[in-house]
Amino acid sequence: MDCCGRQFAGDGVPPGGRRIVLAGNPNVGKSVFFNAFTGLYVNVSNYPGTTVEIARGRWGPDLVLDTPGVYGLSSFNEEERIARDIILQADLVVNVVDAVHLERDLFLTRHIIDTGVPVVVALNMVDEARRQGLKIDVPRLEQELGVPVVPTVAVTGKGLAELRQRLHTARPGRVDPDLVALLDELVAATGGRISRGEALLVLEGDEEIARRYGLPPGDRREALYRVRRAEVNRIVELVVREGAPRADLGSRLSHWMLQPLTGWPLLALTLWLIYEFNGVFIAGTVVGFVEGSLMQGYYEPAVRDLVGYLLPTGPLNTLLAGDFGILTMTVTYILGLLLPLVAGFYLALGLLEDVGYLPRIAALVDRFLVGFGLNGRAVIPLIMGFGCVTMASITTRLLSSDRERRIAIFLLGLSIPCSAQLAVIVTMLAGLGPGYASLYALIIGSLLVATGTLLGRFLPGEATPLFIDLPPLRLPRWRNVLKKTAVRTWHFLGEATPLFVIGSLALSVMQVSGLLGRLQSWLAPLTEGWLKLPRETANAFIMGFVRRDFGAAGLYQLPLNPDQTLVALVTITIFVPCVASTLVIFKERGRREALVIWPTIFVLAFVIGGILAHLFAFFRGMAGESVLPLVIGSVLLFLAAVLGLTSLRRTRWSGG
Amino acid sequence: MTLDRVRRGQVLRIAGLPDGVFRAQALRFDLGEGAVVTCREVIPAGPVVLARRRQEVAIGRDLARLIMVEPVR
Repeated sequence: MDCCGRQFAGDGVPPGGRRIVLAGNPNVGKSVFFNAFTGLYVNVSNYPGTTVEIARGRWGPDLVLDTPGVYGLSSFNEEERIARDIILQADLVVNVVDAVHLERDLFLTRHIIDTGVPVVVALNMVDEARRQGLKIDVPRLEQELGVPVVPTVAVTGKGLAELRQRLHTARPGRVDPDLVALLDELVAATGGRISRGEALLVLEGDEEIARRYGLPPGDRREALYRVRRAEVNRIVELVVREGAPRADLGSRLSHWMLQPLTGWPLLALTLWLIYEFNGVFIAGTVVGFVEGSLMQGYYEPAVRDLVGYLLPTGPLNTLLAGDFGILTMTVTYILGLLLPLVAGFYLALGLLEDVGYLPRIAALVDRFLVGFGLNGRAVIPLIMGFGCVTMASITTRLLSSDRERRIAIFLLGLSIPCSAQLAVIVTMLAGLGPGYASLYALIIGSLLVATGTLLGRFLPGEATPLFIDLPPLRLPRWRNVLKKTAVRTWHFLGEATPLFVIGSLALSVMQVSGLLGRLQSWLAPLTEGWLKLPRETANAFIMGFVRRDFGAAGLYQLPLNPDQTLVALVTITIFVPCVASTLVIFKERGRREALVIWPTIFVLAFVIGGILAHLFAFFRGMAGESVLPLVIGSVLLFLAAVLGLTSLRRTRWSGG
Repeated sequence: MTLDRVRRGQVLRIAGLPDGVFRAQALRFDLGEGAVVTCREVIPAGPVVLARRRQEVAIGRDLARLIMVEPVR
């Protein structure tokens, strides 16, 4: 990875051109600067060996590279490692800092300056700083840092022209002479094999860089960080004059968002709005039109005719234009269903992120997710799972440890119904009345809580506690939100499309070879005997693997009584995730782990469905009509037992 | 006392941090030992929100239990 990383950063610099790198803390408006330099000629690609996307573009003869937002140069997570490597390769760094949070942002600035690279600082959001009563002495800041500082307001374009003009004045900043001596010594000791920036990171104990050059990692990180922190605080004291901080609407709203009494209703309201937008408007109206009218009404018949004309019959015809055909079902699914759904969800997510609500939701729900061995950050993939489990499983990459990703992916695959499926489930439950609907919600909710608690308790490894920056709340910047939505949607489709193609190809092969039919008859005893459902339900389960909503929709046509309907809905909700999610599980977790996760979910679906069917049968025989309260009681009893047992184990352990 | 015991609005000095990566993170956010911070929120049984100048950070309860603080008059 190291070798490729370096190639990537150096890739595409024309002779005589420089490598200009944009660096800054998260959410300081780097992307706007990137566009100001490169215009529309942007190439976004994954950093080799990783899943982090890096934008590259041209500015005259120079190559401009964006970096993920970071707070310092080190290797605490994947994004930091990438930002570090790109910055170490830079000929010139444009460091974007948030004028309102100088004491935070200048830490990275000093860190970059210490590497010895020429720097220009873009002092962004000076309008916001002024509004908050902050006065910043720019000439003094330039003098203290030793590099040019250009005040900007990126969203309105103010200062960007000046920044471009002053780019050539970029220079290495002021560095503590003792540190310079120390770094020069280390560089000399390696015979000039490493740069000063690399020497700095080795000294700070960065194991990756040290290993790259076969050097022992140093132990100076804390000492150097302390000096840097003291220096930043000294500079901030000198250049920033503070007005009185005022309690504005933003800080009051922030308080309401974080306190449970107001925070949970606000969160419920937000989720309801997202559901109305994504679940009702996008999944219903938009998908109904795009998938139903456009794709299935015009596109698919046309393709079928064309393929039928060229290849009248035979397996190839089925592969291309059959029930799961690559040109029919796959294209319809990706463009007609996934594209609008995923874009809708990314839009909602981007909006929550842009206004600063997302980290506050993470803080609010943290205490509950800690019980699952996760932390508040995991709320993002869990919410997105209600949109598309495949998309959510990919999003688990933002979690900080492997253990958290493992838990989150398992919970997503097991207990979160995606929006396509949810639409059908809600319709069927509506026909059964509120009693059955709440029983369904209770069962799936209990399953999530019980499984999460068990995994958090017994899966080996440590939980990572929450440590998250709460940015000030602000109104959404729509251009930013829309752009993020477009980029994310595009990348998701790029990543998911091959998976769907492989998946439907496999299913077509199974259909052509007759394996699908045989699988249905193999499953039949299980559905009839154990779940007490009609034999044909097996079809719905198989279809549920193709597309979860197909599975649920397949239940529509079956003559089921209310008890059976509930059993079928619960089983199909838990039942293995769709073919694309399955492939994502394999891709993200590796074959060995996926081969544990997948069958576990499969078995759990039938075990839980079967127990439910037998509970219904048992209580019907005993109590006749009033069966619902008894089943609800049993579920609650089960949940209490699991929670009780795990907390018992916890007490005993902490006692010992 | 430890950070999980503080009340909303209290002004505190960070007196001790657990070892490991978190120490470096804390210094980046100016929450190193000696820093004076305000407790902006305490989410019941959940994270503690600290404010240092205009910067706010939410710290999970399990981590808060490991951070030593002293109230500042």
